Amino acid sequence: MSSATPPTPGTHDGSAALPEARGRLEQVLRAGNFAITTEIAPPDSANPQDVYDRAAVFQGFVDSMNATDGSGANCHMSSSAMCALLSRRGYETVMQISCRDRNRIAIQGDVLGASALGINNILCLTGDGVQAGDHPQAKPVFDLDSMSLLETITGLRDKHQFLSGRPLSQGPNVFLGAAENPFVPPFNLRAMRLAKKVAAGAQFIQTQYCFDLPRLRNFMHQCRDLGLLEKCFILPGVGPLASARAARWMRQNVPGVHIPDAIIERLDGAHDQKAEGRNICIEMIQALQEVEGVSGVHIMAHRQESSVPAIVQASGALSDRTPWAPEMETEPLASTATA
Amino acid sequence: MYSVRLWAARHPRIFEVAYNAFHPVLTRLQPVWKAMGEERSEKVVGKVEQLSKELLFDCKMCGQCILSSTGMSCSMNCPKSMRNGPCGGVMQNGHCEVKPEMRCVWLEAWEGSQKMRQSDLIQVVQTPVDHRLKGSSSWLREARRASQPQQEGRHE
Repeated sequence: MSSATPPTPGTHDGSAALPEARGRLEQVLRAGNFAITTEIAPPDSANPQDVYDRAAVFQGFVDSMNATDGSGANCHMSSSAMCALLSRRGYETVMQISCRDRNRIAIQGDVLGASALGINNILCLTGDGVQAGDHPQAKPVFDLDSMSLLETITGLRDKHQFLSGRPLSQGPNVFLGAAENPFVPPFNLRAMRLAKKVAAGAQFIQTQYCFDLPRLRNFMHQCRDLGLLEKCFILPGVGPLASARAARWMRQNVPGVHIPDAIIERLDGAHDQKAEGRNICIEMIQALQEVEGVSGVHIMAHRQESSVPAIVQASGALSDRTPWAPEMETEPLASTATA
Repeated sequence: MYSVRLWAARHPRIFEVAYNAFHPVLTRLQPVWKAMGEERSEKVVGKVEQLSKELLFDCKMCGQCILSSTGMSCSMNCPKSMRNGPCGGVMQNGHCEVKPEMRCVWLEAWEGSQKMRQSDLIQVVQTPVDHRLKGSSSWLREARRASQPQQEGRHE
């Protein structure tokens, strides 16, 4: 990692302009493979073993794990610590940064520290409001928003300087991601907002849960028309729903989650709702592989993490590829050598 | 006032035309503002700006107004202080996840911007808010900037 040449200033194009990929996720994407990322939930604990146990569930089935940063405004182990622990074992991670809890001074320091600890990928988020979580009394910070966060980290990386203009002796060499939610209003603004994020430095995009293929297709068409498909890798979010009741609850209570009635009716009518939820997820991954511009999927299986390997396998999304796992240590990165 | 703010964001052309007419006057008066001294001009112009924009836009006097880029919907009314578009938590009815009784500020902004001449200004990535400028007059800052044509652009 440290030997990588810094990217050319001013280029945010993840596909071709960079001399060297920064991590396995970027390598997989640039090689044109269908990438699988997943969400790893940080524990409510200070025990590193809890982190390793959670990661072991996914190994060999995912290209990278996103350690969430106080997701849903609930307090857990920090994303940077999770990623640092996991990168010690060789795992590829995506560190998430939410603007809700820290100001620009803290965030920039964290980014430098994360890169120093071996973290290759950072996802820039605005974050859920504090009202959604277990500490609604907390002060919402929102000093930056996801867009200015992207620009800030791009500045650290490419211009080698803080927001203040003060220079860095070495910038953080990170692959930058952002989120988008094509499933909530204003629908016609979403692709344009993505263009803005790409202009601010986003190289890969993970979306909110996709349960509505027509809306996603519409969004992807708009992205194509704006020329975004060549400038960033788009990984729609997917996930297994546990039951019709859980789906209704999510739709009602989790900000930004859109689940069409047809999906809920299908779950309602199933004998084994949990299995049906997995089937819907598998079918979605299969359908997404056929959508132009989709570079992979981001699986969010909250409290159903153990079902991820079976879902990935059944979807056929990996073809005959096996993502890196610690026991493969002897021949890492072998699959991407020809890329 | 919420209803006035909504009305303003739904008739942004009026304010675009008005501001375009007002801007040169403001700039031409720069020698006057200068002669008055910063403190006094801030007191007078800042107060007028605050009263009028508070009434029309629920202005928060961030001191770095971007109403012309946001369809005349003040982005500082967003509970997450988003300066660059809506978050991913907008509800299906177009309302805010934090304040469900309020329509998303950025939905108003997007619709408003499309009615304006300079409808593409909403696509410009805005720099982070400079919290030192809170409470100061954007008008005077703009008058100072416009009367010094050779000045370098961004203050961040």
